[in-house]
Amino acid sequence: MSEILLETHGLTKEFNGFTAVDNVDLQVRAGTIHALIGPNGAGKTTCFNMLTKFLPPTRGRIHFKGRDITGIAPADVARLGLVRSFQISAVFPRLTALENVRLALQRARGNSFDFWRSETALRRYDNRAHQLLFDVGLTGLADTAAGLLAYGQKRALEIATTLALDPEMMLLDEPTAGMTHADVDRIVELIRSIRTGRTILMVEHNLSVVEGLCDTITVLTRGRVLAEGDYATVSRNPEVIAAYLGSDAPELAHA
Amino acid sequence: MSASATPVALGAARPGLFGFTRAQAVGFLLMLAAIVVLPHVLYPIFLMRILTAALFACAFNLMIGYVGLLSFGHAAFYGMGAYVCAWTLKFWHLDAAAAILLGGLTGGLLGLALGYLAIRRSGIYFAMITLALAQMVYFFCLEAPFTGGEDGIQQVPRGTAFGIFPLHQDMAMYWLVAGIFIAGFLLIHRVIHSPFGQVLKAIRENEPRATSLGYRTMHYKLIAFVISTFLSGIAGATTSVVFGIATLDGVTSARSGDVVLTTLVGGLGTVFGPVVGAIVTTSMENYLAQFGSWVTVTQGAVFVVCVLAFRRGIVGEIAAKLRLSL
Repeated sequence: MSEILLETHGLTKEFNGFTAVDNVDLQVRAGTIHALIGPNGAGKTTCFNMLTKFLPPTRGRIHFKGRDITGIAPADVARLGLVRSFQISAVFPRLTALENVRLALQRARGNSFDFWRSETALRRYDNRAHQLLFDVGLTGLADTAAGLLAYGQKRALEIATTLALDPEMMLLDEPTAGMTHADVDRIVELIRSIRTGRTILMVEHNLSVVEGLCDTITVLTRGRVLAEGDYATVSRNPEVIAAYLGSDAPELAHA
Repeated sequence: MSASATPVALGAARPGLFGFTRAQAVGFLLMLAAIVVLPHVLYPIFLMRILTAALFACAFNLMIGYVGLLSFGHAAFYGMGAYVCAWTLKFWHLDAAAAILLGGLTGGLLGLALGYLAIRRSGIYFAMITLALAQMVYFFCLEAPFTGGEDGIQQVPRGTAFGIFPLHQDMAMYWLVAGIFIAGFLLIHRVIHSPFGQVLKAIRENEPRATSLGYRTMHYKLIAFVISTFLSGIAGATTSVVFGIATLDGVTSARSGDVVLTTLVGGLGTVFGPVVGAIVTTSMENYLAQFGSWVTVTQGAVFVVCVLAFRRGIVGEIAAKLRLSL
């Protein structure tokens, strides 16, 4: 078994007495694709937002690469190599696709504070940016404003932007939410192609995406960990089936 | 403000010389020609009022147009720049250029201190905090002995610039003001079209995403604020040299409101908007002065019409019509 890259101890989030995430111990091993699944309101996204420091936890600790990151700022978490995506596609709409990717390259490689230089200084990142756009299938759309891209293309652009940082670990928040079947397949292929040398933790609602893609699956219900294991183990767990009953039960049954 | 996204801003305009698009380069050359020709036709003092108001509005526009933060306290930096410049000119007999630079640095330093407090909030909260802090600066100026209280600092000699150019003649003063304006205008343009400016745009478009890419967004906003307040201080300082006076008028909230109005009338987030806005508001003040308080009434009416009829401002509307980036 490989080493543990991201770990939480007793992670808890309370909102005015309501416990959204309750004492979650999570261990993500390096090099794996780990899924966090569960019915609506299970606390997946809350959990996710705490991991990236966009929400402060009420209790509990978070360790990344053995370092306690519970108290540090979101931008600094990203600098350590733990980069997140968002459920609502997160692009810079009025900038071109190329500029979107370049912003990530620029952050990783410097001169972001240069206010006295011409932005032509950024052209040295163009080759790498075009390569990344090619990798996610957006060749030819480099000069299109990100806001004008189709939904699936925006998600692809978001992944290209995240990849530009070359993060050790990526956190994907429902990467296939609201997509057509064709787009879902493309994104799954994309995630598979970028996993080499990386660790991925993804929140997912769609069980057919998780199957065959993720190595480990953690099931959350009402803020607690219900089950953990590979797809075969988890999908046969009677408690998991019960938790999904009424919502996604048919999906689980035919899987 | 983001609702006014126009097709103009979309699409990739190929930046040419100095980051200007072709339309902007034409606009810039026209502006340069006007700066050279107009003093032979119009009263230079009037033109200098326009140029300093335009520089102030351009500096303000950097925050509202490119960072998306509405400062309601920019008069503090403008006014303090004016006081420090006038004081050092009158009592230390400093070189005019050095005094103006000192005024700018005062604005920038004050901007660093006040910005450090205000930049943590955005939207209406940022506007309110900047307004409150600027009011504190106003009361400081009212009470502090060096400002001369209600009288202000009067009869400030213009002196010489760079040790060799005497400024007592209006045309000499005019060329200095024109030079300062063009330098400030180009500096702002460079900031917007720099690697740093690219990050500012990203923050304006989607701040959480910029954070998730590892940008410590507060640092970028604060640097932009300091550049903006530095240039506001320069604008205030230059005005005090032109008129030989620095008064409480420069630090009032009305002054802060004026610059909001000027920028809005011209067009937020456009390169030439603040300049056109300054021409409009300064002309109104100048030519309507004989009607006394009607100036304020007219300004109010123009503001209402502007907000209702052409939200993008004069330059913004023209740019949208012509599908150009101006």
